[in-house]
Amino acid sequence: MLGPFDYALWIVGFLVEIGVVVCVIYRRDLLRYLSLTIYLLCVALVNCGQYFYVEHYGFSSQQYFYYYYYTESILTILLFWTIIQFYQQMFREMNVTGYIRGAAVLLLLATALFSYIVVHENRGHLTTRFVVELGQNLHFVGMVLTYLLWGAILKLRETRTRLIQMVLALGVYFSATACTYALRNLFPGLQPSVLRWVPPIMGVWLPIAWAYTFARVSEDSRLATARLVARAR
Amino acid sequence: MAAALICVISVAVFLQFFVSYCRSILAVSRKVELSDRVREVSGIANRSVGGDDFSKLVQLVRLCPEQGDDETEIRAVGTYYGLLRIIKYFSTFLIPGFGPWTERERQGCSHFAAVALDRRISYSRDLFTQQVADRT
Repeated sequence: MLGPFDYALWIVGFLVEIGVVVCVIYRRDLLRYLSLTIYLLCVALVNCGQYFYVEHYGFSSQQYFYYYYYTESILTILLFWTIIQFYQQMFREMNVTGYIRGAAVLLLLATALFSYIVVHENRGHLTTRFVVELGQNLHFVGMVLTYLLWGAILKLRETRTRLIQMVLALGVYFSATACTYALRNLFPGLQPSVLRWVPPIMGVWLPIAWAYTFARVSEDSRLATARLVARAR
Repeated sequence: MAAALICVISVAVFLQFFVSYCRSILAVSRKVELSDRVREVSGIANRSVGGDDFSKLVQLVRLCPEQGDDETEIRAVGTYYGLLRIIKYFSTFLIPGFGPWTERERQGCSHFAAVALDRRISYSRDLFTQQVADRT
């Protein structure tokens, strides 16, 4: 059963996602943040679909369950595209866009193939455990990709504040969600009371953090990355 | 086994990302000079913002009307400030070298709260001016 807090998260998330898309289009940054805009639009559409499924089949129904987890997996793969666009922005001056694009296509094909093999082998029992396992693995891959990007930002002393904040927000999202899925695998009993809140909160966190970055940090703003690494002197 | 490994790595990476994200927000706000108005309101007219001023400044921020786009960041920095308080508490006994660093970070959190307060005061003034203009 959904409570007022669930609906509040849903509405806030939906409004912020649409808000960021409008903001990107209004500021004529659509091409620069194309993948991010498409991702947020898809999340907003999926949110509408979730509402439809809850209204027609109920929150505890199998239909809603599979719709939720499989759309989430597709959205995660879509989010990989956003990470890849951040990689492209990062390495733009090194003229390696072609390599990144090639690596991205390979990664997506590998993910698709891996997912196909897993689904094919489990087609007789696409159970709760399987979707949780898949979600955990996809988020973990996302976290590793973001961590590598963060490493490159530090190594190359990238100074674009907007890029830095957006990548860090993405890192927080992926690591928190991967951790939640892993905890759910380890302690299924924690899911109804504690863990069920984390993915929706993180789902709202990401668009809000990006909205804040778009609203408060200009494209020209610069930041020394050395200041971000915590060191006691 | 794999889930436990993913859980441990994710927690470590999460902490690193979260701390870096909070520090990036603090670094952006450090560049902003505080206005005389906010210094006067928060009682820091003749001194620099201290680490202990954070709670008072956040309470003042809560009194102002919300602008709607900084609430998550205030919460994130509030969590970071709480983390720093714990580190400060334990560092007094365990690693004294962390003391000055945590104090600098706490000052950064307070400065961020003061900047948020300044922004909200300006927003309230704009709202008030708009209301007065609508009435006349």
